[in-house]
Amino acid sequence: MKILVTVKRVIDYNVQVRVKADNSGVEKENVKMSMNPPDENAVEEALRIKEAGKADEIIILSIGEEKCQETIRTALAMGADRGILIKATDDVEPLSVSKLISKIVETEKPGLILMGKQAIDDDSNQTAQMTSALLNWPQATFASKIDIEENTAIVTREIDEGLERVKVKMPFIASCDLRLNEPRYASLPNIMKAKKKPIDIKSAEELGVDIKPRIENIKISEPPTRQKGVMVADVAELVQKLKYEAKVI
Amino acid sequence: MEIQRESMEYDVVIVGAGPAGLSTSIKLKQINPKLNICILEKGSEVGAHILSGNVFETRALDELIPDWREKNAPVKTKVKKEKFLFLGKNKSLSWPTWLLPSVQKNHKNYIISLANLCRWLATQAENLGVEIFPGFAASKIIYDDENNILGVQTGDMGINQNGDNKESFEPGLNILAKVSVFSEGCRGHLGKEVIRKYKLDADKSPQQYGIGFKEIWEIPEKEHDEGLVMHTAGWPLDNSTYGGSFCYHAEKNQVFIGYVIGLDYQNPYLSPYDEFQRFKTHPAIAKILKDGQRISYGARALIEGGYQSLPTMHMPGALIIGCDAGTLNMPKIKGSHTAMKSGMIAAETINEHITENKPLSEYEDKFKKSWIHKELYQARNVKPSFQWSLIPAIIFTGIDQIIFRGYLPFTLKHFHADHESLIPVHKAKKIDYPKYDGKLTFDKTSSVYLTGTNHEADQPIHLKLKDPDLPIKYTLSEFDEPAQRYCPAGVYEIDRSNQNDPKFIINAQNCIHCKTCDIKEPSQNITWVTPEGAGGPNYANM
Repeated sequence: MKILVTVKRVIDYNVQVRVKADNSGVEKENVKMSMNPPDENAVEEALRIKEAGKADEIIILSIGEEKCQETIRTALAMGADRGILIKATDDVEPLSVSKLISKIVETEKPGLILMGKQAIDDDSNQTAQMTSALLNWPQATFASKIDIEENTAIVTREIDEGLERVKVKMPFIASCDLRLNEPRYASLPNIMKAKKKPIDIKSAEELGVDIKPRIENIKISEPPTRQKGVMVADVAELVQKLKYEAKVI
Repeated sequence: MEIQRESMEYDVVIVGAGPAGLSTSIKLKQINPKLNICILEKGSEVGAHILSGNVFETRALDELIPDWREKNAPVKTKVKKEKFLFLGKNKSLSWPTWLLPSVQKNHKNYIISLANLCRWLATQAENLGVEIFPGFAASKIIYDDENNILGVQTGDMGINQNGDNKESFEPGLNILAKVSVFSEGCRGHLGKEVIRKYKLDADKSPQQYGIGFKEIWEIPEKEHDEGLVMHTAGWPLDNSTYGGSFCYHAEKNQVFIGYVIGLDYQNPYLSPYDEFQRFKTHPAIAKILKDGQRISYGARALIEGGYQSLPTMHMPGALIIGCDAGTLNMPKIKGSHTAMKSGMIAAETINEHITENKPLSEYEDKFKKSWIHKELYQARNVKPSFQWSLIPAIIFTGIDQIIFRGYLPFTLKHFHADHESLIPVHKAKKIDYPKYDGKLTFDKTSSVYLTGTNHEADQPIHLKLKDPDLPIKYTLSEFDEPAQRYCPAGVYEIDRSNQNDPKFIINAQNCIHCKTCDIKEPSQNITWVTPEGAGGPNYANM
């Protein structure tokens, strides 16, 4: 079985994101970028499934600018086998991403797709669900445990009420929660080896997918800064302030 | 249990991807493309741990990569105008630039981000075949039985705070090389080890350090004057404390504003961080910043001892270069071009050592014959003259630099190491710093947030106390635990929630790898060691 893992290059979670002065987007120049954290869990899970003898090849897919190759190399250094980069400008909407993934699935025919539950930059949390619809595959989102059996898998999902266990038929798509596992470090020798692993570079046109954005971004701005709180002496003062200063009652 | 470690072999291993280490690797590949070279960098990427003013003199870059302009090096903003101000509390006096010593004239130089220059140098090095490994700290030196350096060991990853292996444990590697190069920057922890072990500083003046702060501000166009370089001396420091500010108008309406204070300051109540914050409220500075927004903050120790303190730079199997050794030119307030040059000389030495078996001690001769030596020699008397306080030092510096051009027939010495300079609290005057206004001045927490610093939470504390009881037993009563104030990132705190039993807290996760504690702790009780690789600040354009 092949496992397809999708990874996204995002602004590193330690970086304080800053809106550009002209409100056209966020500052990415010389900002540290890294792999979307839940995508690391997806890569780790694929490696564990392969190490347990239940898969024979792990393919890493990323969509974006040339530099996404670095993100793919990170996954290859963790132990994945080869990579595919679909070159595109960095604003590819989730539906376009799903269409591109479906195209890759047609040729690669994986038995399982793993991805992060959402990307920490746009927080869309749509790609897994839409890909599942386009492929007509079962989906198991927010996975915190994945047990692969013969032709089915038992997946534990993190949901609001607690944990939910679902049984899905193979092939299926899982989106991975941070609780799924602890991703490994890439060792130096493996980073060296990863440099020699193949990355296939494709384009959206070549795959026949129109990735033109359907949504127009009008303005990106920082949320308003919160006013400092004040201490009130008693309920009377509170009511007074709510009524005459805040004018909310 | 003995850990099984894998080994990798190289011709040269370089510790630290700063200007010195990167220049070494580029020069080596230029003169001998066959050499296998690797660079270990503890930052999460090249540039993440680089912080510098920076007004850049291109002399070394011109020699290393003559077509740097065509190759689109991020060296673009030419210095157009210069100012030097003496600040009083509310007034400022502009010093005519023609009266400045020539070392402080910058008209041929550029305002740059050194972090971005390092990123560009790293690309040049990788194009030549150098292997750079960001996120890997060189944690130990490997010696043979005869004390020859065989290489370095990278840090183990995945150890919890009790020192036990986690599920993700990944043992460090032995990187073996014919020559190791230490280019960790100021007060590198391996550099410190070899200077002690091989007594490289014997017969030299004690090394001198400073702490430098830098913030990047985005200001309205009308206040911005691209290419303007301004320095100040005076307020808020008293005349016996060595320091001053810089304010560089870079591209994109950005201003690089910073402050440097000599770590030989005496008053334990002095807080370098608060001096910097307070400095920004001076009318001459506030008017530049008042409608702007602060977008970055960082701090780093810098090495100021110069010629008198420069250690022997070779040892069996290794060289120590750049600010790790101490090649910064203090009166010029520049160390990037000298760091690069020291790396280029190292490269020539290493290649001759590997191919012709010449000794590494040749480095010292090559160094003496080069312009870097002349520069540091001429600059040598400026910093020590500040022992006599500001005014006499300025008069002396004028005579030394303008009339004698650094060739006075004597060399002033530094007498004390920086950790020896603090006076006890009962002799010191408390300093009341103004409250932060959230517009020009900010608390440490919100500043540290801007550095993007992070460390894996579950790992051993990388700031080691030789005596864990000393901070409370001695340093607190004698010096009111100055670590609370000299640390620019709020790593050290005294918890007084129990009045009778104060506790010394180390918030190691906040650390921005500036090394000030390792330098200034009065009993040298704090040792900075490498945390897990990729930890530390994530500076973007510093």
